[in-house]
Amino acid sequence: MTAVQLVALLLVALGAAATVAARDPVRQAVVVSLYGLTLGILFFAFQAPDVALSNIVIGAVALPTMIMLAIAKTRQ
Amino acid sequence: MSFLPYVVAVWVCMVGLYGIVTSRHLIHTIVCLSVVQSSTYVLLLAIGYREGGAAPVFIDIPRNTPAVDPVVQALTLTDVVVGGAVTALLLAIAVQLEKHLNTLDPDELDPLRD
Amino acid sequence: MSDRPAPARRPGELSFEGRRRLFLAGAAVLGGLMLWGLGGLPDFDSFTPLYGQVINHVGVQETSATAAVSAVNFDYRGFDTLGEEFILFAAVLVLALLLRRLGEEHTTPLRKDPRRAHTTSAAVRLTCYMLVGPTVLLAIYITGHGHLTPGGGFQGGVIAATALLLVYLGSDYPTMQRLRPLSLVETAKAGGALGFVLIGLGGLIASGSYLQNFLPLGEPGELVAAGTIPLLSIAVGIEVSGGFVLLLSEFLDQLLVIKRKRDTAA
Repeated sequence: MTAVQLVALLLVALGAAATVAARDPVRQAVVVSLYGLTLGILFFAFQAPDVALSNIVIGAVALPTMIMLAIAKTRQ
Repeated sequence: MSFLPYVVAVWVCMVGLYGIVTSRHLIHTIVCLSVVQSSTYVLLLAIGYREGGAAPVFIDIPRNTPAVDPVVQALTLTDVVVGGAVTALLLAIAVQLEKHLNTLDPDELDPLRD
Repeated sequence: MSDRPAPARRPGELSFEGRRRLFLAGAAVLGGLMLWGLGGLPDFDSFTPLYGQVINHVGVQETSATAAVSAVNFDYRGFDTLGEEFILFAAVLVLALLLRRLGEEHTTPLRKDPRRAHTTSAAVRLTCYMLVGPTVLLAIYITGHGHLTPGGGFQGGVIAATALLLVYLGSDYPTMQRLRPLSLVETAKAGGALGFVLIGLGGLIASGSYLQNFLPLGEPGELVAAGTIPLLSIAVGIEVSGGFVLLLSEFLDQLLVIKRKRDTAA
């Protein structure tokens, strides 16, 4: 296992714990975007560029947008 | 050390489940559910990996170079996009729930409570 | 949100602390079982499943597609992709149904908001306008080259939907509304799904198996190659982009346009 993969795996474990620990949904939207980015790095390290592209677009762009829109609507 | 990807996949799954069980806000629960889904992506890709393997794209490398498994990547890639759409559906359910019941606390959403 | 007091417990209901301890006990057992089960797998970096190895060796000759993942998605396992595409179709359909205007709500037409032109900073607006064109081009490139390089319809479709989001960020709601006539978006979504099914039927008619690659395969590495794979990729791209644009539009409509009577009165 290369050093990049090791660091990426540890970052993913940390990112998942951070996403769950952020109890306020607005803060959690930002943290989940960063988590999507660390997952993208992990998928690149595992030689899977298609999956990394897919995850970055969905998990770091579309998902936080939808979370923010849902929070804004429920606070109206 | 080569067992670490599986440990990370199980850790992410458990952490996400903990978030779902102890959540006080429905949108936080939905995001933790998507974290649990991401643990399956890590597990799938770890199964397909091969030491020294290249990405399964043969446009610039000769066709005989050992590459990682493309089948699990195809599964994971459609899974990511469709999982995002299903998470959006869950968020829409949460929005409608808040309109009718005025609360997003799972503890208060008990239908048997009078 | 976590500092709100918990509602009163009914008799016999577990407290928060009790629930947490029960979960941690169960998670220890489940996690242990999962790790024990995964320990029976071969080593992480030495084993690759055989199906994948076979596809890596013969895939490029058989389908003339140099990206093995797209070949698997649209040729070898095209039927699974059909199912996934329809899951997305159904999810967006139900979302549009859920977020429709209910009986007690009314839509307020949004005029062009003059304040917004002053409150959104010029740097944000300029960046968004300048990024829309390259984003659309990137979406078309990734969708069209799915059989050559990493990419394909799924990724390209979502990138196209984010281009519309950039338009909204850089301007305001009425401008975005002009760029996404809802009938066109819904037609695109349904048309993409229908296109996938029809191309599969073409394979059935031409050579007896559904989703068989029946168009002439070119040379690997060319843009017009690999038979039906780029066509299926484009159909999926149209459907996914229509689906995600519809998804984002429904959320934005709910937020900005549909209001309950008591909201406007307050």
